[in-house]
Amino acid sequence: MSSTFDTIANIIAETCDIPRETIKPESHAIDDLGIDSLDFLDIAFAIDKAFGIKMPLEKWTQEINEGKATTGEYFVLKNLSERIDALVAAKGS
Amino acid sequence: MRLEQFQLIDRVVEFDAGNKSIRCDATVPLKASIFDGHFPGYPLMPGVLLLESMAQTSGWAILMTLKFERMAFLAAVREAKFRSFVSPGAKLEMSAKIVHEGSGFAVTEAQGKLDNKPVCDATLMFRVIEFPNPEVRRSMLEFAAAGGLSVEFADND
Repeated sequence: MSSTFDTIANIIAETCDIPRETIKPESHAIDDLGIDSLDFLDIAFAIDKAFGIKMPLEKWTQEINEGKATTGEYFVLKNLSERIDALVAAKGS
Repeated sequence: MRLEQFQLIDRVVEFDAGNKSIRCDATVPLKASIFDGHFPGYPLMPGVLLLESMAQTSGWAILMTLKFERMAFLAAVREAKFRSFVSPGAKLEMSAKIVHEGSGFAVTEAQGKLDNKPVCDATLMFRVIEFPNPEVRRSMLEFAAAGGLSVEFADND
């Protein structure tokens, strides 16, 4: 699996005290790992810093609330990894 | 400070927009009912109120940076240290710097000093959301203006 996923998984494991081996690419941050909104802010801070990006959490949340996206599209870790990769690529272009 | 009104800073002294940092004055009152219990015969400013003073200082940094378009609410204390006792009458110099602006959140590093010596510091996380109502925003603007801060970018509402 990608190094992006590994970085995210390590952040989640350390921030939320979740056993690293239980964090899989298919894991849903909220539904499977039980991460709440406050914990996710801690994770977002760490991810923003690690990758030098600013995850557009509010935009993602709005899209979910408006029914334009599912939570899985953003919070299943393999999907989250892809979105982070895209943000990093956009930053570099 | 006006402890009964939970106003833990007196005045915003300086805001550095480029550095996203702020300095505030905060004088601990000589008398307050909280000192009756904290502690009898040995009044001390409670650490949790020093934390609130750092949070309010940080909040002003966020408000100013966002030009009063959004409100900051304390969400988490990542680490806080209280390095020395603070007595009634102490004239504190509070400062804070935004170290990260995320989407819907911000992280600050804040500090309190007495006679140029650190007495407390903390890393704080805030949720940043729309003002709950116009009155809250108006009261924030009034406080800033009373301290001499430039608020010409604020809309009238």
